[in-house]
Amino acid sequence: MSNDKLIDGDSGAPSNEERRDFLETGTKALAAAGIATACWPFIASMNPSSDVEAKAVATIDLGGLAPGKVETVEWQGKPVFVFHRTDEQIADMRSTQTQLDPEPDAKRVVKPEFLVVVGVCTHLGCVPNRSGPDGWLCPCHGSLYDNSGRVVRGPAPSNLAVPPYHFDGEHKIILGKA
Amino acid sequence: MRKHLRQWIDTRFPLTRFVKHELTEYPTPRNLNFLWNFGFLAGFMLVLQIATGVFLTMHYKPDASEAFDSVQHIMREVNYGWLIRYLHSTGASAFFAVIFIHMARTLYYGSYRVPRELLWWSGQVLLIMLMATAFMGYLLPWGQMSYWGAQVITSLFGATPLIGDQIVIWLRGDFSVGDATLTRFFSLHYLFPFLILMLVVIHLVALHTVKSSNPSGITLHAKENIPFHPYFTIKDFFGLGVFLIIFCAFVFFKPEFFIEPDNNIPANPLQTPKHIVPEWYFLPFYAILRSIPDKLGGVIAMTLSILVFTAMPFLDRCKVPGGAHYRPVYRVMFFVFIVDVLVLGYVGANPPGGMLTTAGEIATFIYFALFIILPFTSQWENRLLARKKDLPEEALRLVREEVMEQYIDSSQEDKQ
Repeated sequence: MSNDKLIDGDSGAPSNEERRDFLETGTKALAAAGIATACWPFIASMNPSSDVEAKAVATIDLGGLAPGKVETVEWQGKPVFVFHRTDEQIADMRSTQTQLDPEPDAKRVVKPEFLVVVGVCTHLGCVPNRSGPDGWLCPCHGSLYDNSGRVVRGPAPSNLAVPPYHFDGEHKIILGKA
Repeated sequence: MRKHLRQWIDTRFPLTRFVKHELTEYPTPRNLNFLWNFGFLAGFMLVLQIATGVFLTMHYKPDASEAFDSVQHIMREVNYGWLIRYLHSTGASAFFAVIFIHMARTLYYGSYRVPRELLWWSGQVLLIMLMATAFMGYLLPWGQMSYWGAQVITSLFGATPLIGDQIVIWLRGDFSVGDATLTRFFSLHYLFPFLILMLVVIHLVALHTVKSSNPSGITLHAKENIPFHPYFTIKDFFGLGVFLIIFCAFVFFKPEFFIEPDNNIPANPLQTPKHIVPEWYFLPFYAILRSIPDKLGGVIAMTLSILVFTAMPFLDRCKVPGGAHYRPVYRVMFFVFIVDVLVLGYVGANPPGGMLTTAGEIATFIYFALFIILPFTSQWENRLLARKKDLPEEALRLVREEVMEQYIDSSQEDKQ
């Protein structure tokens, strides 16, 4: 019969109310945590699936790329410019500096003869065209990039992005993993 | 702040009134047992099926050449795709299990009787829509069972006199089940749950008009009712917990239990699997279809076996309050019916022939016979119980109390 007293509001001691509040808050918190956990698989299912993840890394062979030539490869659905620079171009880039987004050339390459940049204009996402031996010109709004992928003329606010990559041997790069 | 916000809303939308009327002050009979949980569970299953379905659609491709592979893609490559698909496929079975118990409860306790006919009939329409949705969804994985199930069921419409063949071609959009069929089934499989959702709202409006029935079968007096919230929300959530333990056991440990092995073979229009069986929830109706030797007759019998429940408010002439609990004859009939449905299910699950065909025919006969004799047995029950003078003690007590309450109420009104 002592149990009856515990749940009887009229005769219950104040401490029981505290206990009840604790139980109620605890139950609600546990339920909220459970619902949040149950939501997770649904949210996670919208992330790239493993076949898409598999495309996140691309292997590129640079063996056939002559000095002075640019090759556009696809990585994660985006164009990536791989540029085999001549010694002249390297020296030129090493000695110049840009104003809009200053960054030394040495920080933008792993090996100085190969420039690897994402070919998406940092202004509004168009693909810049090779505009001659000195760089890339975006056809949409005229942004100009040099042979280090650095922005020389706006409206683009920043340099072409350098994707994470590393060399696997002399002439092979693994795009997507630093 | 909270008070102000609520006032702001209440002058524009009856939020507080709605919560009070439908939840915190909604009168619910205090003697409801756990069988009254299944309406809530059905609602939960509908929401779960819609949620998992929406997320599956993000990865599924309704195209005959891609459908099967896209399901494999969901199973292997999509994050938690296996979980969402198994929730959905097991969910279909769980939905039917819950609905069948919900219906059995209605039949046992006589909840279809006055004044709940519209509630019962809207439930019947919901059942038919649920069956249609489940059937169309079953085609989507484009496996052998999916394909041949759809082939057989669409062929049923060929039994329509005169224009049967045209109807079948119109339904399929092709001369056999094909890409056109898959695409339209997908479209309707996505549409129907939302129609069901709307009808559920109507079902609930009807429920809140006539209020829940209860095991005693008597409209309880106000003092016997307690607010839905928190008493029955808690009871429903407790029931949900028990249900989810069983449901998750299947999802996580036996996910293939409800999936026919043959459905892991891509659809092949030139080769029928050795033994075709529908999903378990269609088995009793399938057995009825097979038990009638005539094609048109079988289709009619199967359709009737579902539609016949609609007639229950007319067939049942008994005046005794409460369901099978207080009605000896009806109680026997109820359990005979349940056993009969199980026998039909067993017959439907096995290849036809020999004893089973005979058993199926007998069970089909009993199935319909029970409905046909109900008007007579229920009237006989009236006479039987009238002669017995006394109703069961429990029923008598409730009737007595109700009369007393009304007497007190009216005497108080007189004084005023």
